[in-house]
Amino acid sequence: MSSYGQTLFNANLRRYYSFYTGGFIAFVVFVGILEMFGVPNKILGYIFLFATILLYAGIGFMSKTADVSEYYVAGRRVPAVFNGMATGSDWMSAASFIGMAGTLYLNGYDGLAFIMGWTGGYVLVALLLAPYLRKFGQFTIPDFLGARYGGHAPRLIGVFAAVLVSFVYVVAQIYGVGLIASRFTGLEFAVGVFVGLAGILVCSFLGGMKAVTWTQVAQYIILIVAYMIPVVWLSLLHTGTPIPQITAYTTVLPKVTALEQEFNDKASPKGAAEESVRAIFRERAAAADDRLMGLDTGGAAFLAAEKKKLDDKATELKMSATYEPKAIEAADKLVRDFPTDPAKAREQWSKDKAGASARAANVKAHAEAFAGKDETARDIAKRNFLALVFCLMVGTAALPHILMRFYTTPSVREARRSVFWSLFFIFLLYFTAPALAILVKFEIYGNLVGSSFAALPAWVSNWAAVDKTLMSIADINRDGIVQLAEIVIGGDLIVLATPEIAGLPYVISGLVAAGGLAAALSTADGLLLTIANALSHDVYYKIIDPNAPTTRRLVVSKALLLVVAVIAAYVTSLKPGDILFLVGAAFSLAGSAFFPALVLGVFWKRANQLGAILGMTLGLGVCMYYMYQTYPFFGINAAPWWDINPIAAGIFGIPAGLFGVIFGTLISPAPGQEVQDLVDHVRYPNLKDDLTTKTA
Amino acid sequence: MKLTEKHQEYWRRNLSLTAGLLAIWFVTTFVVSWFARELNEITLIGPLGFYMGAQGSLIIYVLIIWFYARHMNRLDKEYGVQEGEDD
Repeated sequence: MSSYGQTLFNANLRRYYSFYTGGFIAFVVFVGILEMFGVPNKILGYIFLFATILLYAGIGFMSKTADVSEYYVAGRRVPAVFNGMATGSDWMSAASFIGMAGTLYLNGYDGLAFIMGWTGGYVLVALLLAPYLRKFGQFTIPDFLGARYGGHAPRLIGVFAAVLVSFVYVVAQIYGVGLIASRFTGLEFAVGVFVGLAGILVCSFLGGMKAVTWTQVAQYIILIVAYMIPVVWLSLLHTGTPIPQITAYTTVLPKVTALEQEFNDKASPKGAAEESVRAIFRERAAAADDRLMGLDTGGAAFLAAEKKKLDDKATELKMSATYEPKAIEAADKLVRDFPTDPAKAREQWSKDKAGASARAANVKAHAEAFAGKDETARDIAKRNFLALVFCLMVGTAALPHILMRFYTTPSVREARRSVFWSLFFIFLLYFTAPALAILVKFEIYGNLVGSSFAALPAWVSNWAAVDKTLMSIADINRDGIVQLAEIVIGGDLIVLATPEIAGLPYVISGLVAAGGLAAALSTADGLLLTIANALSHDVYYKIIDPNAPTTRRLVVSKALLLVVAVIAAYVTSLKPGDILFLVGAAFSLAGSAFFPALVLGVFWKRANQLGAILGMTLGLGVCMYYMYQTYPFFGINAAPWWDINPIAAGIFGIPAGLFGVIFGTLISPAPGQEVQDLVDHVRYPNLKDDLTTKTA
Repeated sequence: MKLTEKHQEYWRRNLSLTAGLLAIWFVTTFVVSWFARELNEITLIGPLGFYMGAQGSLIIYVLIIWFYARHMNRLDKEYGVQEGEDD
């Protein structure tokens, strides 16, 4: 494309998206007016859900294409700034948007591993990969492995790893879509999943990467606006300054720290009240412990005796002169819920003990790094923090759906700029999340704690009614006043409830939900396309039928997209285990499989096919083996190496992969001249008499 | 295709820039986090260790990438390996 054409295209893009942003703001105002006229919240939720999905489908429809280059890499004409926004929303998933501030609220400093890991990884992308991949300029990441190392094996291992990693990750996204859709509209979870999926498919199905790119830009604008409004408002409310990213640290954090100290100081009135609640939880923990010991010695007989005690208590209450329906109901419930056999009893009482002990503990200081009861525990926390940061960073620089985005810029120069814009747009949300966590913490520590149970804020009872795991509150010590130890909060509540906490109208809650939906949908879009492209381009076109005509390649790709999407939605509807673990696992797996082979492929000319094969299988193998051995889900529970948690398995997998590439390379001959030429080709943005890899 | 001395020099300068920026990245990430407890004793904008993890390191990452892009795009021109007129 001529430079004049590209300039005109850029100018048009800016105009379209300015109109779009204005239109979206007008839409939010319009829904706000509907709310003032008394339209019920549920209807407002539907309007947001369907209007945004229709919008994405519309963009997808307008970007429909039958051109291979447009389908796979958006015609390679996406300017740096727009590719940055698209990468931003491709990157920021439901976990970033909804989960991260919650993790920070619950874990304080130790949650920052995600903030640092998921931004610092872009330094590796920028310095080690993006410009070189852009110069290489094909369609997928396995493409690079196939061309650089030769033969089908590196490409196929790449396809396997890309599909594995992306699939694990996409399941987590679709889960997020279902969750938001069901919570804000009252649709059933499974229905929500398929409504969201329809939005994803219309978009990528018609226009591939081109449609996904322009939709992602639109989604970025929605998600960043939705994230900022409540936080800025909350900051204005508490500090009088609308810059939460500064006031949270200068003004609010010291107040939170002061409150934490007060809660832990038994001599202060608040500390004494907390202590009275903690004493009750200590008793409960001790009682659960007694029962566990009784079970150890008495077995089934002990269980029967315990059950009889509860039965007697319930009967006694029913016979007593003063009739107390509530007490009877509670006693009956205890009898009903009593575990039926010793194994179940052990499980439940262990859980009771752990839960009560946790709530009997002192408040952890928000800013304290690597908290632990002694030096050893602190050391383990530090080691795991650093290992997790490392895995998240290297994994970031190895996720195929992110690396693929840098094929879509017009030039190497734009690719370099584009990484800067990507991280800048991601940074806007990531440097706000810790501030949001502090502001919400202050709201809860400062205002909710100490208020009366008779006059709880509306948002507390609303969320407690929706989901007990998100918000549960009970007057344990019966003093009528809320203590911190009486509140249990789920991390996902923080972002979703912020508008209500800040006292904003419901329309902003709807906006936040739409933002979360945009984050999940945009990531799912990119991931599904990565899987379908790896299968259709790398397996079908490059290996099975290299002479396939263009139309057939696109038909195969779209058919695969549909199949993969349906399988992913099906797996999601089974609600598989721990979603957060799945997301974390994807990073360790991607880093171990791809990073060494990709980076050494550019920076070490000697690296060859055997090295790549050995490195990728060894890295992936070690990583999977460690997860399999240590993650409780698989039931083996082997002793962890150096106390490293399974989520950071990449700390072993990545060096293993690196070693594999080096070892395999050194025991086999150096690659031929054309590979050396290819490496020079990717290293220099422009070489005279150079070979060319730009093919459509 | 034969690389000229100038081409070799371009690549060497790229490597040293990359290595230098990676060193900054490493210190910002791992060394600073290692001493987070100690840094928390210092208060600048909040406790320093916490602030670096929540915001300071992120700002440094953005700056590293910005600097790299600017510097390399200039280096391309200096060594005559820049791309065509497209912008």
